[in-house]
Amino acid sequence: MIELLFWEGCPSHPEAKALLEQVLAELGREDEIVMTKVESDEEAERLRFPGSPTIRVDGRDVDAEGANGRPSLTCRIYYLPDGRVSPVPSREQLEAALR
Amino acid sequence: MSIELGTEAPSFELLGVDGAEHSLDDYQGAKLLALVQYCNHCPYVLAWEDRLISLARDHAGRDLRVVAVNSNDVAHYPEDSFERMQERDRELDFPFDYLLDESQALARALGAEHTPEVFLFDEARRLRYHGAIDDSRDDKAVTRSYLHEAIEALLAGAEPPVAETEAVGCSVKWK
Repeated sequence: MIELLFWEGCPSHPEAKALLEQVLAELGREDEIVMTKVESDEEAERLRFPGSPTIRVDGRDVDAEGANGRPSLTCRIYYLPDGRVSPVPSREQLEAALR
Repeated sequence: MSIELGTEAPSFELLGVDGAEHSLDDYQGAKLLALVQYCNHCPYVLAWEDRLISLARDHAGRDLRVVAVNSNDVAHYPEDSFERMQERDRELDFPFDYLLDESQALARALGAEHTPEVFLFDEARRLRYHGAIDDSRDDKAVTRSYLHEAIEALLAGAEPPVAETEAVGCSVKWK
């Protein structure tokens, strides 16, 4: 199962979803993406949501390092392979998680 | 809703990471003043951070003052606390003042909504450019450097080529 958890207060989830769909298509996969909106601190705690967007493949976060961040309604920080900061996971992270 | 172009800069007196209070009047000597809604925890701020630092360094001594303002609710976002702001400044040696807007009064007065979000004021402290630093958070994909272009135009006595853009980033974290 592929889940995309997001918080509306951060603008990055449409871009993350588009990138995820693109990577899935390139890998020839037709999985459904289950979208989950996180709306409160309590939900963030309950869902172990370290920020928006959070993508899990069969329950595993595509960015294991960032998965243990403090549950919070916030934009999540990702790092690209060259070290630059990004508000969405890298293509490489998604490909590795989906292979 | 952010303030309209031409609006006068709101007055403020805020604590900076240097431990001193900073007011609007402190920047009187500079022809241009860029107030940038800022924080520590936002990936959009971090993605643009090097460019803002470069811009402030490149224009140092050229009648521009850049002032970063953190208005976030630090109780809910402890990464943005005053101590963490000071740490960030020590780490990166910001070439600009970094102020804490604890009451959020300045953010409200500006009508700020995002981090990062730029409010560039001219010598009369009227708003002349508002919005994004440039047109892409990916530094390799930038085609328009809105803030730089507005600064160069205003310093040359001309109108900014683009006066308003959409600031894409994290939301200001209201109390």
